[in-house]
Parts: sequence; C-alpha cells; structure tokens
Amino acid sequence: MTIPPITPPNETPGGSLYGPARNEAPELYEVYEPSIGAEVETPTAEHLGAVGATEVLKVENLTVGFPTDDGLVRAVRGVSYTLHEREVLGIVGESGSGKSVSSMAVMGLLPKSARITGSITFRGQDVLSMSKAHQRSLRGRKIAMIFQDPMTAMNPVYSIGAQLAEAVLSHEMMPKKAALARAEEMLALVGIPQPKERLNSYPHEFSGGMRQRAMIAMAVINNPDVIIADEPTTALDVTVQAQILEKLIEVKDAFNAAIILITHDLGVVAGMTHRTLVMYAGRPVELGATDTVFYHPRMPYTAGLLGSIPKAGDVGRLRPITGAPPSLINLPTGCPFSPRCPLATDVCRETEPGLAPTDAEDHLAACHHWDQLAAAPDATAFFRAESEARR
Amino acid sequence: MSPDLDKQPDRQPIKADPPPDYEHLLQVTDLVKEFPVKGGGVIRRVVGKVQAVSSVSLHLDAGETLGVVGESGCGKSTTGRAILQLHKPTSGSVTFRGKELTTMRGEDLRAVRRDMQIVFQDPYASLNPKMPVNDIIAEAYKIHGLWSKDGLERVGELLRLVGLSPEHGNRYPHEFSGGQRQRIGIARALALEPDVLILDEPVSALDVSVQAGVVNLLEDLQDTLGLAYFFVAHDLSIVRHISDRIAVMYLGKIVETGSRDDIYDRPMHPYTVALLSAAPEADPNSERVRERIMLTGDVPSPLNPPSGCRFRTRCWKAQEKCASEEPLPVDHGDGHLVACHFPVTDPAAETASAALRVAGSAA
Repeated sequence: MTIPPITPPNETPGGSLYGPARNEAPELYEVYEPSIGAEVETPTAEHLGAVGATEVLKVENLTVGFPTDDGLVRAVRGVSYTLHEREVLGIVGESGSGKSVSSMAVMGLLPKSARITGSITFRGQDVLSMSKAHQRSLRGRKIAMIFQDPMTAMNPVYSIGAQLAEAVLSHEMMPKKAALARAEEMLALVGIPQPKERLNSYPHEFSGGMRQRAMIAMAVINNPDVIIADEPTTALDVTVQAQILEKLIEVKDAFNAAIILITHDLGVVAGMTHRTLVMYAGRPVELGATDTVFYHPRMPYTAGLLGSIPKAGDVGRLRPITGAPPSLINLPTGCPFSPRCPLATDVCRETEPGLAPTDAEDHLAACHHWDQLAAAPDATAFFRAESEARR
Repeated sequence: MSPDLDKQPDRQPIKADPPPDYEHLLQVTDLVKEFPVKGGGVIRRVVGKVQAVSSVSLHLDAGETLGVVGESGCGKSTTGRAILQLHKPTSGSVTFRGKELTTMRGEDLRAVRRDMQIVFQDPYASLNPKMPVNDIIAEAYKIHGLWSKDGLERVGELLRLVGLSPEHGNRYPHEFSGGQRQRIGIARALALEPDVLILDEPVSALDVSVQAGVVNLLEDLQDTLGLAYFFVAHDLSIVRHISDRIAVMYLGKIVETGSRDDIYDRPMHPYTVALLSAAPEADPNSERVRERIMLTGDVPSPLNPPSGCRFRTRCWKAQEKCASEEPLPVDHGDGHLVACHFPVTDPAAETASAALRVAGSAA
C-alpha cells in the first residue's frame, strides 16, 4: 500500500501553518452543534442515575497539534461533544487516538508547544481564552482529574493528608486544620478505613486500590462539576477495579458531578457510561447512547473493536481489524480508517466523512457507508468474513 | 497477515519421538520461589521473605494450552520464569520430558532451553533497539551453535510464519508497531523449534484491535507446530478463548485448576467466582443486570501471608477452620482441583447471595 502525500483537510486559508485560525470552522467537517440545554436521551442505566438538563462542558471542534522535527503531529483533529450534569461520557480509542490529549486540553495541562484551536466552554465561560489565573481557579476546583497511575500522580515525599489539604488550600482560604478535616471526610467517603490515621500515611504505604481511592478523594475534595478520569482502573486488578468504578459513580451522585471516563476497556464503558464517544486517529468517529453504540454500531471501526473481543462460547478464530492505526504525522487522505476497513470504497479514500447523524438524531457517526452497517444483521460480520478469507 | 502455514520449512526432527517414560511433558511439583528482603545496614541481613510462589504443582502436555490467571503479584509470571529456571526455584521440582531441571547447570540447561522458550509481555522492552530484526532472531541460532549458511533464509521463513515479510528483517524494532513487535518476539521464540512456549502476558500491552490478530497467530502456530503453551494473562476473556485448561492463582498458590468449562461454567473456589463476577463484559445489558461480588480490601502482602487459606481475609464464606487449616487441592472430578474447605456448589446462586450480602454490609 502506498500512502500518497496529503494535504491536511483542515488547512483552510487564513489559518496558520499548523491548522486553521481559531473560530474558523473547517469546511470539510460537519460540526456537531447541539443546542444549549438540548434534550438528552437518557439510556436505561438506572444504576448510573439520571442525567441533568444543564450543559456543564461543551467542546467544539477542538484540534491539538504538536510541532516536531518530523512535522506536525495532529493528535486531535476536530473533537466536539457536550457533557451534561451528572452524565458519564465514555471516550474509547486505541493508544494514540487522541483521547487523553483532548482531555488534557480541557484541563489546560498541555505543554506550551501545543497548538490548540477550537473552543472549550465550561458553564458558558471560554476556557481557552481566559487568563492563566482564571484557568487555574477552575482547574482542580471545578474540573478535576483522576490519573491512570496513582503512584506517579502523587508526590511520594508528602503525606496523603498534606496533599489533600493542599488541594483545598490552593483554592480556598481556610485554616489548615479545617482543610485536614475536609481531607479526612473525603477519605472516609471513598472508603478508606481509619481515615484520621491514614492522613499521616505516605503514598507508598497505600496499596494500588487505596491510592486510586485517595486520588478520587483528591479530585472531589473541592466539589467539582466535571471529573475527568483518564484510565482510572487500568493499573488495577479486576476485583479492585470493580470497587473503584462503583465508588466513582457513588461520588458522582454525591457531588452532582459529570464524569468523562477515558478508557480502552470496552467492558468498563459498557457498564459505566450514559454515552460513548469513539475516537480514531484524533477524530471522533462515533457518538451516541452507550447501548446504541454497542448494539447498533454505525462506524466500521466500532464494529471491528466490538468484534475483536472474544465472547463466551466463541470458538474458532477471532476477528481482528487488520493493519495498524495510521501515523498522526502522515495521515492517509480521506477516512483515516479506510486502509483497514472492509467496507472502504473510492469515496472513503478521497473524502474524510464528518460526524453526522445516522438513523437516530443523537447517534452520530463519521462513515460514508453507515447504512450498510445498519442493513447488516451483525455489524461485526464484515470483519469475520475478512478474517476467514485470510485463513 | 497470511502466514504460509502449509509451506513450512522442513522441520528437522531434532529429537526422536519420546519414549513414554514420563507422564507429562512438563511437570511442576511443589514449586516454591522466595525472594529475600534485605535490611538497610552494611551487612544487609535478610529480614524477611517474599513468598512469591508457594508450593505450586501443575503439568502441561504436548499441544495443550494452560492458562494461568490471577491478580498482579499473585506469582503467575514468577512461576513461568521459575519453570525456565530464569529464577532459580527455592525448592520443588520441575521436570521436562522426565528430566529434572532444578539441579541442572550450564550447558545442560542451555540445551533444554532450546525446547522451552519465552515470549515477554512488553514488546518494546524485550527487543534490542540497536539490532536489526534479522540479528535479533539469528542470535538464537548463534547462541546455540546452529548458525549455518542458510541461516538467513530460515530467519526469513520464521518472519513469514508469524505474518511478517522477510524484507522486514533489515529494519530495526522501532520501525514496527506493537503488534508487529510482538510477532517478532514470537518468531525469536520459535527459532529453535521449541515444544513449550511460556507466554508471559503476550497481548496485554497491545491495543484491542491488534490483540485478536496475535491470538489468532498463536492458535495457528499451535495447530501446525504442536506447541504447548503456558499462557499467563489477566484478561479473562482472552484466557477463556485460548486455553484448554486453566489454573487460577491467588497470592502464590493455585486455588483452582480445571478445564476451561470447569472454571468458567462451574467455578468452585470463592475467589474464582468473585473474579469471574467482577470482570466487565462489552455488553451494556448484561453489565446492567450482572451481580458483582465486591471483594473487600486488597490482596494481603506476600511478605506475611495469612495463615491457613490465603484467601480467607477477603472471603465471605471464611470460618475458623480456614484460618487454622490450609485447604489442600481436592479433585472434584476430571482433574478439577479446588483448594477450599467450603467449595461453591452453585456459582450463580452464590454470586447473587454474596452480592446482596456485600451490598447489605455497605449500607
């Protein structure tokens, strides 16, 4: 396969060398723009609680690029989503699909070299254009983050109590004693036994699961509106993972927060989220209610991912997606998934499809041939046929 | 990926058909591996022992896959390495084709390692970044003094066997994706035509869409080459797919062994029941109705494991007997060994009632 030289699709006139200027909508995409306070179809996920009507976070056409010696790494290319109160949005994708980078942009944690365009609105305020001080007042207070590896996310030379209290004191003037009392309360909330004694412990004295609980406590200590959980359970064992996820949902309900759950584990997304956003090569390729995305995928990549997981009673060969994700420096023209897609035709290799409504208004997919998936009784069958033919 | 599995290079029958003077190809009996914990001072006195593997017994037959599951730190990888003598076992015996490995040294051990190879978890760390792929694979021949003029050709054949093309041989590891690197690691392990492959979490570091391709490759290779796999993993759905038999480990001990159906459909050890109930599935509806047994707390420290049954501190069925008396593996039919004083008879009902009880105690 030869990859022809490409011109980036969002290189519109007037933009800088590294993408379009801000607020210029690239013409090639259809931008997903739900109206404020739009009705959100709440899936029947009782254990997750009902979703509120108010929008807390709105990301529109976000792009992130990193200049390198080899060229611009276009890590995120036009991500748009909204997050409502008490909603859990799952973002799935393979490593390098831009799922973490897009959330780091929301947190304002990207290095200075990053080229960010688009807009991030938190409760009506534009996060990208606000002053650094204003951004800092949101970060950790209104928008909190839980990192993948709690061992490296915590400072090993400070006690847990000091680190939790610091999170409070950096946003609020209060006596240290009061901050420590709040820290103790939070540790109790996330289920750490003897919270008062544990305040004096250091991170290395905690087990992996307890450290992740302490991370959750740190994230919610300022009563945030949005919690971004970046692979919160990847470093944990299955039996501990179940405890942590349960705790996360409990905490969300206690604080009326919304959660963005970033993971590559489709099993976690299936059980824990209201809506799912699937990313591939820096682009959102499917967005919809979790049930719809899992049972009626409208983008071949999603179908391929679902089909490549072995299921109970599955004998015979698995159905992998052939090939590997493309390089973010040198993307193929057209749909970035087309080289691996069994449904790809010429139009896929020429034009990159935008995220557009499919059979349901709130189920969006970026695929020219989503109707073929809709017509097939089993969307994963396309990959099965291919895998068997190769045998 | 289309390995020409039919067009195999002529496999030299290095060893003749084995005389049946041993029961299993690989037999591990009462294997113990302890790591010393040393104190701070100058003398560095041994102040404790991490009991990574304690008295593990298992066996592996030709052409079969034994899946080993358990949480991190339960000793599953250490067991694999102790079998290969990469970690010298503290005590116990490992026999391969009836020959004892634990007392073997030097040249003898090296000869045995031709028949037992390992594929490591992280394909980024296990390939030398300064060596082209051809040299990485050829190194196996050179070490064992088997390098000949047609060596490069054989390397090419191996690359084709794992679904790469021989032209890839001149490239360096960084030019490959994770899945391709893992294929190179598998090609290297296959170079000496082993009978047993120790697969130490071979797909854990790979993306979901790529995992399936590597699992397919492993299954194809097993079919054509008759390999036996010791497959260490924590992903329960992949283990279920690839294994014939499964051993469940907890804190250095095997708590349950059995056929795949025994373990997944009729689990009897409470830990296995809890583990299966906690593993998430990519199906929103079944996730919604599933009963999870939430084990409380974390795995105890292997420095100071609990007396009696090691799982008792987190077990909802634990009684006094569990603390005083260590349960020994009992055969519940067809080699379904369970080490528990109070085995679960009806996993579904047990999950439902245990899940309720945990919910009740939390409220």
